[in-house]
Amino acid sequence: MDVKREDIIHLAQLSDFSISDEEVKQLTGDIQEIIAYVSQLDELDVSDIEPTYQVFEMENVWRADEIMPQDASREELIALAPESKNNQVKVPKVL
Amino acid sequence: MKTANKKVKAERLVRDALDKAKHFADYNIFTFIDEEGAIARAREIDKRIANGEKVGLLAGVPYALKDNFLSPRGETTASAHILEGFNSPVTATSVERLEAEGAIMIGRTNLDAFAHGSSTENSYFGPTLNSADRERVAGGSSGGSAVAVALDIVEFATGSDTGGSIRQPASFNGIYGMKPTFGTISRYGVVAMASSLDCIGFFTKTPEDMNLLMSITSGQDPKDMTTLPDYYNEDAPLRKAAKIGVIKDFDNESVDADIRGALKSRCELLKSKGYEIVELDMPSLKYALAVYYIIQPAEVASNLSRYDGVRYGFRSNKSKDLDSIYEETRSEGFMPENKRRIMVGNFVLSSGFYDAYFLKAAKARTLIVNEYRRAFEKCDYILMPVSPNPAFRLGEKVGDPVAMYLEDVMSVSLNLAGVPGLAIPAGKTTAGLPIGLQLVGPRRSDKGLIEFARELQ
Repeated sequence: MDVKREDIIHLAQLSDFSISDEEVKQLTGDIQEIIAYVSQLDELDVSDIEPTYQVFEMENVWRADEIMPQDASREELIALAPESKNNQVKVPKVL
Repeated sequence: MKTANKKVKAERLVRDALDKAKHFADYNIFTFIDEEGAIARAREIDKRIANGEKVGLLAGVPYALKDNFLSPRGETTASAHILEGFNSPVTATSVERLEAEGAIMIGRTNLDAFAHGSSTENSYFGPTLNSADRERVAGGSSGGSAVAVALDIVEFATGSDTGGSIRQPASFNGIYGMKPTFGTISRYGVVAMASSLDCIGFFTKTPEDMNLLMSITSGQDPKDMTTLPDYYNEDAPLRKAAKIGVIKDFDNESVDADIRGALKSRCELLKSKGYEIVELDMPSLKYALAVYYIIQPAEVASNLSRYDGVRYGFRSNKSKDLDSIYEETRSEGFMPENKRRIMVGNFVLSSGFYDAYFLKAAKARTLIVNEYRRAFEKCDYILMPVSPNPAFRLGEKVGDPVAMYLEDVMSVSLNLAGVPGLAIPAGKTTAGLPIGLQLVGPRRSDKGLIEFARELQ
């Protein structure tokens, strides 16, 4: 598959990046090369194979619906935000 | 490892480690050194020893923490600009367990930002230098941790291994590096990279030290739903070691001649000790790297969507509105390799490409899981190289992402299958660079694997 400039701009939007023209150029080449490499899977016929999404021997884990003691307080977590006000995380006006 | 007692003071052990860390400062191993805190904790341990109180199995042992483990001691940055200023109120479960036994963290170690890389050159803080040759890479992503142990600054260091990030730097620096069975050690409080692949492990100078650290940290954690019951400390017979498998496909010209020689000589050694060497045909492994570089970026794209400049870490001062907070922060805060992986991940997951890439990779992953299962019906453990080459030169592969990815070609299949691997030192190349080989076992054979490694010392 051919990776085009528009594809990179679209992927940057999906990824929440603002990228320069220089970066678009660089990324177009890099991602083209990566996609070309991983496309070698086309050699495989896996139509009858079940996919593997995890290698943990998954079981349901049950516990009572109770609030467990937390490792960090609300105040400690809010203090991590670049901006906060009245014990809440602050961002610029949206509307 | 050397622990504190009435004669050997913890403060002495910690001060020695801190002095060595300063002596090797130009290797760029540490992102943070906690001199004051480490000495204070050493004095507490010395006081308890003097009072005849009980101390843990790691009393006063200085160690280094890969900088993607959360702890309130110093900022947790994962060597990424976007986490600068992040002082975690939370401590990783593995760190809690080590420190409950008296281990003392002297500093945090450098890595490829978010553990994305195989050389530690993708760090916001610059590369770490190889312990044997300062013009070469430390390996990665846990490069700082590997060099800290190889230069004998600390007794052990922590690491995380998503596709080889413990085993490859261990092999580039001539020490032991363990990636346990998926789910053995809690990942709570470690910066997530690719959640179906990430494992916590260690760097040590001996198999005995590795066994001790595994026995302390393994086991279920209510804060990490993917942890297994504590099979490691079960009183059960170890998996036997009689037949050792070698993979036919890995004996080819693309693998460094000295590494192939080291593998051959270790096989001869095992034969002389009465082991049987079994040749294995594992044709799906040649697809492991392609599978990995689809699944891993997909999971990376998902895990790294949380970095938004709103709740913690760095926020760009170029931003004016909410959308530009996200965009400018992520653009300035991530390294180029982080961006490549996020964008490849969003590509393979996007509608129209999901079936052709992500789903196909998930199906091919099943082939790899099955191939390991079949291999362990024919042999007890597998011995193979960690990577096709010894440590490469700084800058050699930085501009070529696929060339860098190819360094992971022999290490990623273990993560895809969830099986354990232990990198062991196996001599040096003619140029004097360390060679590493890895021992691989079926799931939950970790203890037997470490025990067997003593045969190759």
